[in-house]
Amino acid sequence: MSSGSVEQFQQSLSRLDAASTVVSPDELEATIADLADPPAIGAELPFDDLSLAETPVTLGPSPAQLRDAVTGVTGSRMGIASLGTVAVESREEGDEFVALYPERHVVVIKASDLRSDLADAFGWIRGEFEADRQSFILATGPSSTGDMGALVQGVHGPEQVHIVIVRDNE
Amino acid sequence: MSESEQLDADRIRTLLESEGDEIKENTRLFNAERYDAVEAVGEAEHEDNRSRAREIKEDAIERLPELVDRTREAVEANGGTVYVADDAADANRYISEVADDADADSVVKSKSMTTEEIDLNEALEADGLDVWETDLGEFVVQIAEEAPSHIVGPSLHKSREEITELFEREFDPDESLDSAEKLTAFAREYLGGRIDDAEVGVTGANFVMADSGSIALVTNEGNARKCASIPDTHVAVAGIEKIIPSVAELEPFAELISRSATGQEIPQYLSLLTPPVDTPAIDFDSEDEPGFGNSDADREFHLVLLDNGRREMREDDDLRETLYCIRCGACANSCANFQSVGGHAFGGETYTGGIATGWEAGIEGNDVAEEFNDLCTGCSRCVNACPVKIDIPWINTVVRDRINRGKDPGFDDMLVDGLMPDEEESGTPLRKRFFGNFETAAKIGSATAPLSNAVASTGLARKAMESVLGVDARRDLPEFERTTLRDWAEGRESPVEAPERRVALYPDVYTNYVQTERGKAAVRVLEALGCEVVVPDVGGSGRAPLSQGMIATAERKAEDVAESVLPYVEDGYDVVVVEPSDLAMFRREYEKLLPAEEHERIDQGSYEILEYVFGLLENGASADALPGGDGDGVAYHSHCQQRTLGLESYTETVLERLGYDVLTSDVECCGMAGSFGYKSEYYDLSMDVGATLADQFEAVADERTVVASGTSCMEQLDSLLSPGTRHPVELLDPAGR
Repeated sequence: MSSGSVEQFQQSLSRLDAASTVVSPDELEATIADLADPPAIGAELPFDDLSLAETPVTLGPSPAQLRDAVTGVTGSRMGIASLGTVAVESREEGDEFVALYPERHVVVIKASDLRSDLADAFGWIRGEFEADRQSFILATGPSSTGDMGALVQGVHGPEQVHIVIVRDNE
Repeated sequence: MSESEQLDADRIRTLLESEGDEIKENTRLFNAERYDAVEAVGEAEHEDNRSRAREIKEDAIERLPELVDRTREAVEANGGTVYVADDAADANRYISEVADDADADSVVKSKSMTTEEIDLNEALEADGLDVWETDLGEFVVQIAEEAPSHIVGPSLHKSREEITELFEREFDPDESLDSAEKLTAFAREYLGGRIDDAEVGVTGANFVMADSGSIALVTNEGNARKCASIPDTHVAVAGIEKIIPSVAELEPFAELISRSATGQEIPQYLSLLTPPVDTPAIDFDSEDEPGFGNSDADREFHLVLLDNGRREMREDDDLRETLYCIRCGACANSCANFQSVGGHAFGGETYTGGIATGWEAGIEGNDVAEEFNDLCTGCSRCVNACPVKIDIPWINTVVRDRINRGKDPGFDDMLVDGLMPDEEESGTPLRKRFFGNFETAAKIGSATAPLSNAVASTGLARKAMESVLGVDARRDLPEFERTTLRDWAEGRESPVEAPERRVALYPDVYTNYVQTERGKAAVRVLEALGCEVVVPDVGGSGRAPLSQGMIATAERKAEDVAESVLPYVEDGYDVVVVEPSDLAMFRREYEKLLPAEEHERIDQGSYEILEYVFGLLENGASADALPGGDGDGVAYHSHCQQRTLGLESYTETVLERLGYDVLTSDVECCGMAGSFGYKSEYYDLSMDVGATLADQFEAVADERTVVASGTSCMEQLDSLLSPGTRHPVELLDPAGR
């Protein structure tokens, strides 16, 4: 059940210097094709009704492809509207690597999976832990550091983050 | 620690010059961002989170043995291993064995103070392994062969230019690394390769969750995620105190940790990992093989829980709270002294900042903590900053007391023991006993004034005080009044015939013997507002000995105060205090020094003078009885402990109500803090801290009256600006106009 709003989520993302696009399910493949600067890699989406199979994204890349990729596409089953956070799950599909190596991280999330705030998100996390799904990274905006004398984005993780919010079928 | 590294005036001066600018800029930025972030989330919600976090930590430390067992069961059920290491050598031996089993040539690490604590890098390097720090701040410190200067930003003492010079010298890159972007790109590339090549990844763990065997990692760079997931073997090293029961208890900490550390709502990456994770292993040798090289390697996970003195700290009623620390660095950032000299002065072998004394005393011993313990002035600004409400000044006081007691009695003692009316054991340094017994000096000084003042101001006397007691000759000494406030009050008839309230004005040592004018003003103001005022015969609050770590003496003073003051409270008097540091004793420290019931009665029955005036005005007393401000400007510096108690606004409001235009300083502390600024080795530091306050007030000192609530603050301001600082209550004095 969603209680977070798409508008608030997008506002939070813009504060983080992260881009976002709202699409219908039908538009997803074309949108990914647009956003996936090549070479692009991906981890198959954790949704029954949405897939990266028909997009120009290499699933299950080789180590060389992983290192060379400019774009990495993953899905997320939970976002936090007030913070612009997405949950990246550690799965056999390799989401963790796809989300970290390339300089651009494209995240597909369903509007219905947005939670309102961190407290709401923790309700979801507790449920996931009970269901034995227990490894998530709550990622908020691009990776950054202040250690080199000024704030710089893109350190060990992505420099750009683009969130694709998929509207629910009506 | 060698002689040359002891904290003395020279070393402080060197650090002020070499690192001061960067430390100042960065810590103050973090601190300001913390205030903004707390305001954004709302004070009430932030307080709720702090209370919950505190409860969770209290409970978890109480149940620690049980939680260690549960963690072990959960991690083993997941397919990992838990090793509880007794000390550094034990932990290092175990981690070396893990690396050996993994046939490792190299290890990558993400930021972990716990591995700094055990000197893991040195141990692994001694085994012939390459060890790389991947957090950029740690990487800088590693390349520079320095120790971290800050828990959160290990290299924040270095400027971008210094890092450029360091990297260009060390790596000889093709193009100049003359921007933060270029430096970051270089480090990403350099370390990225090393992460891919490493067989073992070492991380810390900000939290360990017993029920699921999960760890939480807080980072902004993403390096912890890489270290945990790219090498096939992951070792997480954490103090045993990092365990909380389950993911449900993580929530308040997730709210608090980044907000307290850097003012972020949430870190870029809050990782909840339950290793071994499902993320596939990568086989970089099969470069072109799909499926990440189709590795058949199994992921291995080892959780090393480090004791290294922590179980003993758990049994120690005073040090136990240190274990609640979540390493956010807020105590460092909110500390005026730390803001000037940073962790290379204000820290031990690993931990830095206000809480460092507790950590170093617990894991290394009092001798390591001693080097920097006196840098804590007890200003208490870290108390409200701490997300788990640790009473950091108290820990520093307790350790100071233990250090005092550990000293061998010297020749001084035989001379002094009979003269000093304190409760301290032989061995307590003479100078501490001098400052701690300031009340005695004040009594004698007042009784023999003006001769005592004249003698004390001679060059010979100052030289002797400097060499014997370390009282810096550049400081003006307090001048004692021949007629004490009590003497003055005793000879007075109360002009109030039908008093609205009855007040026992507490004659603190300074107000009674030195700053008698502010005491007289307080009496007249209270009388003008319809109060009957008495000045009881009562001694010092114990603040002076407490500052020197002389807890037994402070306790005796507290008992004397309770005995003298409580009968007034019984009789319906309100106790009004002029000196904020003494009110802070009544409200905060007496909780540790007196029976609970006595502390409660003193706490409830006492008020700061302007807080009390505010209350009188709110309850119908007429401000017309006091002289008005006529729009005059006031530059007001509140007192650090007064601000911690949330009392600053009463003075502002009363002054504004009387028609003053009030400008309030926003520095954490003036840098004087009682005896601190008088001590020779701290003089430069004290003036450096004070410079920020002077900067704020210098421009306005000509057109505004400078007022300060605390005695020390007034003395510091008088030495920083042209003399003439007054206590706010003096502006309200009907006899003053």
